[in-house]
Amino acid sequence: MDTQVTTPDSAASILAGKGSGRRSFKDKATAVGVTVGGIMVFVALLLIFFYLLYVVKPIFDGASVSERAAVAYDAASAPALMVGSDEQNELMFRVGSDGKVQFFRPNGELADEFVPALPAGVTVVSASASVPHEQTYALGLSNGELELYRVEFGVTYPGNVRTITPKVRNLNGDSRLLVNESGEPINAFTFGRSNNELSVAFKGADGKWQLTKLEGVENLLTEEIEWSRSGALLPDAPSNVQEQLMTPDQRQLMLRSGNKIFVYNIRNAEEPSLLQVIDAGRAKRQLNDFSLLAGASSLLLSYDNGDVVQYFQVNGDKGRLYREIRDFKGLGHIEAIGTEFYRKSFATVTDDGRLTLLYTTSERELLSEQFDIAKPQALGFSPRSNALVVDAGHKLHLFAVENDHPEVSWSALWHKVWYEGYPEPQFVWQSTSGSDDFEAKLSLMPLAFGTMKAALYAMLFAVPLSIAGAIYTAYFMSPKVRSVVKPTIEIMEALPTVILGFLAGLWLAPLIEEHLPGILVMLILLPASILLSAYGWSKLPLEWKQRLPETYQELMLVPVLCLVGYASFAISPSIEVMFFHGDTRQFITNELGITFDQRNALVVGIAMGFAVIPTIFSIAEDAIFSVPRHLSNGSLALGATQWQTLTRVVLLTASPGIFSAIMMGLGRAVGETMIVLMATGNTAIMEWSVFEGMRTLAANIAVEMPESAIGSSHYRVLFLAAFVLFIFTFIFNTVAEVVRQRLRERYSSL
Amino acid sequence: MGKWFKSGSPWIWMTGGAVSLSLIAVLGLLLLIAWRGLSFFWPADIYEWKLRDAKGVESTLIGEIYDREQVPSERLITAGVEFAEPPGEFVTRYLVKTGNREFVGLDFRWVLETDIVSRSTPEGIALIERSKNGNFYGYPVAVIENGKRLELSDVQHSLEEHIERAVDIGDKATTLQKRDIGAINHELERLRLKERRAELDGELTDSKKHEFEAARAKLQADYLVLEKELFSLRDDAGRDSVIVRDMRGEEVQLKLDSVLDVTYANRLDFIGKIGHWFGGVANFISADPREANTEGGVFPAIFGTVFMVLLMAIIVTPFGVIAAIYLHEYAKKGPLTKMIRIAVINLAGVPSIVYGVFGLGFFVYMLGGSIDQLFYPEALPSPTFGSPGVIWSALTLAILTLPVVIVSTEEGLSRIPSAVRQGSLALGATKAETLWRIVIPMASPAIMTGLILAVARAAGEVAPLMLVGVVKLAPTLPVDMNFPFVHLDRKFMHLGFHIYDVGFQSPNVEAARPLVYATSFLLVSVIVALNLTAISVRNHLREKYRSLEH
Repeated sequence: MDTQVTTPDSAASILAGKGSGRRSFKDKATAVGVTVGGIMVFVALLLIFFYLLYVVKPIFDGASVSERAAVAYDAASAPALMVGSDEQNELMFRVGSDGKVQFFRPNGELADEFVPALPAGVTVVSASASVPHEQTYALGLSNGELELYRVEFGVTYPGNVRTITPKVRNLNGDSRLLVNESGEPINAFTFGRSNNELSVAFKGADGKWQLTKLEGVENLLTEEIEWSRSGALLPDAPSNVQEQLMTPDQRQLMLRSGNKIFVYNIRNAEEPSLLQVIDAGRAKRQLNDFSLLAGASSLLLSYDNGDVVQYFQVNGDKGRLYREIRDFKGLGHIEAIGTEFYRKSFATVTDDGRLTLLYTTSERELLSEQFDIAKPQALGFSPRSNALVVDAGHKLHLFAVENDHPEVSWSALWHKVWYEGYPEPQFVWQSTSGSDDFEAKLSLMPLAFGTMKAALYAMLFAVPLSIAGAIYTAYFMSPKVRSVVKPTIEIMEALPTVILGFLAGLWLAPLIEEHLPGILVMLILLPASILLSAYGWSKLPLEWKQRLPETYQELMLVPVLCLVGYASFAISPSIEVMFFHGDTRQFITNELGITFDQRNALVVGIAMGFAVIPTIFSIAEDAIFSVPRHLSNGSLALGATQWQTLTRVVLLTASPGIFSAIMMGLGRAVGETMIVLMATGNTAIMEWSVFEGMRTLAANIAVEMPESAIGSSHYRVLFLAAFVLFIFTFIFNTVAEVVRQRLRERYSSL
Repeated sequence: MGKWFKSGSPWIWMTGGAVSLSLIAVLGLLLLIAWRGLSFFWPADIYEWKLRDAKGVESTLIGEIYDREQVPSERLITAGVEFAEPPGEFVTRYLVKTGNREFVGLDFRWVLETDIVSRSTPEGIALIERSKNGNFYGYPVAVIENGKRLELSDVQHSLEEHIERAVDIGDKATTLQKRDIGAINHELERLRLKERRAELDGELTDSKKHEFEAARAKLQADYLVLEKELFSLRDDAGRDSVIVRDMRGEEVQLKLDSVLDVTYANRLDFIGKIGHWFGGVANFISADPREANTEGGVFPAIFGTVFMVLLMAIIVTPFGVIAAIYLHEYAKKGPLTKMIRIAVINLAGVPSIVYGVFGLGFFVYMLGGSIDQLFYPEALPSPTFGSPGVIWSALTLAILTLPVVIVSTEEGLSRIPSAVRQGSLALGATKAETLWRIVIPMASPAIMTGLILAVARAAGEVAPLMLVGVVKLAPTLPVDMNFPFVHLDRKFMHLGFHIYDVGFQSPNVEAARPLVYATSFLLVSVIVALNLTAISVRNHLREKYRSLEH
């Protein structure tokens, strides 16, 4: 900055004569323009920072809920069995336990009403609702029959206006479903159904629990459905059952008696078996209620003291058993609990009207707010999870819910998470899958780990080579050779990484796989041959040494190293035959039991090390070269050897510069995309093994970003990954720069 | 020995070894790319092998040697390979490119040396390059002209003539399809958008509707005429065919409209091979890719890279230069300047993929989305600027290369002796005048250097482009003869992405590999040349000002 020129204050007075006004205006305009232009750079960095933050922020926002409408219904109606709404939240429905369905518009208008038509003299004795997304309910009748209904919404566009028509469909069709063969009333029951199968577990008149499965087969001639029946008594059923649940796939049945839950395997309706008795009793706590989470793999148990506990099946020594996974505490006296259609969210409402929204996997409490919904009877989500219907105080309350990213939380991103179906809590990155009821697993840990692993192996390769190279180039090399060598190595920095990646993936990886013993031998032979040549050189007669040109003395190792490298590869097959039964890869996999990927950390380390070498080399060389000469000269004059001067004086002085070079290199290795993308298998595993691959943050963004939907949690988490990279490199670069500035000041004072 | 170790001399040698290793690596890498890339165009000998396997079954194989390797015979035996007589410790294995994909399934085959009975290079074998199904190897036997078999002694000459004719007609057909029919399609699409626009503005009256209908009918009629012409050209191109005897000994008829070239590689002398090599290079640079990019040339990728980089240079230069001038000439020492400097350093260090993410979110979705809503409502919901395109790529890379221009320009500014500025100011010039007339002209080589380095960086960058505009195959170039001639919203092809795509995403990596090496060599040589130019401009500049200072 020594050449900086400041405008003299009297500049304006120099501007005399004609056109001075225009000239001074131009002068000022230029100054303003240039200043604005300069500040733009700073603005650009800020823009990137804040834009990334702006995209990322919504995933950490909680949910928001606002009441849209409250519609009063007839206070004499039977208690609610199920409440909900259509996809557009234009209609709310309420199913009473007598089977009567009412549809309301948010403005209070009764849109439609449905009363089940029952045969004369038959009454409804019990009712049961399905899991939320099926919107189905069933009525147990006094004559042992079952009526099945589904709430449906038809959408039509007459005159380009969307019209939603509510409908309650009788799923029995024309047939009567006699479930209790004895014709006695069905007192309590639960059911699961698919297109042609219906399983019902019910309490007969004798108080015993029975299982009945009806299978419908279409008669090809008459096209009528004929029902065949199978069933059995449930063994060891508790006498006092308060609640019962069946999974929609008709595989499991749960009966709750007090604090105990009896889980039956009912796949075979003839022989239901007791799988497990969950003892959910907790100290001084009473189990209140239980329900199935979306996907029907998890049980949510709610206790009278405000705890909700999630259970799901985990593979263990004794097979797949339910066990306690996580709990949510302090939710108050829960009166009603509701789960979403497809996500693992649930909502609770306490007796005094506190609504709490939670998400199981991310262990987030998204919202907890007091509303005028004391003593709720039922609550239900809308199909798109953007609304909630609560039945409280003889009113249906419609709440608009904004809850876009419940599955992301600090703990879900960075801690081990116990996902459904996994044997233990794990770090998993699995953003997409083929199946529908898939839960995205967005842990950044495996990616951050992969990034660190790749950077580490690259640094292991690059740091020794580049620092040693920098030392030699800056301190020992003749100026003439240096002026060639330095730009040659630096030109590597300009080499597109896509080419390094391509070579690493398609040339180096097969080469290493093929010649693994040769690579190992080379690791030993290369340094050994250098030492040997050095020793040989020191023993060489003086007149021989003088005859060789001194300037290029440094480069005499080049042919030696080439030869050694070639020899290592040449003897590789023989070594392979001698020690590894002719196939090293097989040997590693079978004898050592190590997984061997062709595109592994070794390949990445070498290829990315290559990309990093020029960065580190260039900065470190500058730092060593600019150590003031009088320091080393002083040391040499005091009798120190070259090497002593180097290690005790020069390197010590230049160490901050070398440190900043390594930081810069690390920054580059962390953010490198193409090389890792092409030279690894891109599997998000967490293994330190040198023979296995990894998936880094940067490569992950490159792979998944083009396919992620704008505004989805996945999209925002990828932005978060970019933000993390940004922060990583920001820290590395800033530290390196600050250290370098300090060093420069120190040199100038020397 | 101990004393020798104590002297530190071995460690010095070790550091020297590190430099040597780095040098070997750099030069070896460049040589590897150059060798593999350039040898791709060299016409290789075509061999005919007589093979006999362990069971005594004999067969003939025609093809080029693609690769060879030494395999421990133990490994082969464990893999279940049988040998007629026990082999030595190692067996040589050849990878042979056999072509003729539609008849033999795979166009590559491993051949063990132990199976080979004899090998020859018959002069009559020709390599026939085709636009579909890859190369064909075999003996051309006869040419069929318009259904009539021509029995000639000089098949080669006649075949070459007929191919030339077919290729000429084929080119005409392609031009007709791409230029004339393409223009009509473009016009039709513009008409549709105009009509939709009028409808959105509520100005679509019946008379206007009729106008649109009439225009559309006229275009359709033109189209039908051109289509007829195209079909007749195609028929004409497919008039002739050639009969080739392949390695199975069967005679195969190949229509000439899918044949691009024929080479009797074994008949070529050295000069002929050199000629063929140059022809191959020229074709590689100027032709369009074929067969999912695994064959043909890379012209659209070159064009896309150059166009995007130029666009970026236009954007980045003013900003970079102004920022450098601010930092060096105008900024006062203070926290703001310090922050700007840290910003510059960090912009240089932020991973390129982060720029890609930023570009996708901010430029494409936010900026592009808004532009679409404001100016192109008629095309919605299909995006115009709201999807990745060349302009967004150029903008993204402009931010990415901004620090390069700033640092380089600032270095140039700092080399201008302050006496020059002070002299100008002393003579009564304002600061702005000094800047415009003295400082910037003197710094222009440095600005040039920065620009060249920025261009070199941008040309090699792939990761961000994958998000903001690059595609594996762009049907049209960003510049063509249709209004408005320059289409900044179009997606484009890029050499670097081409390498990634062909090398890692293509179905036949083995066949495409030489092409990837050739593309790599092209890219590397451009970038290294740009860098060397920049370095020499910079060195020249340093020398110049060194003399000025004294």
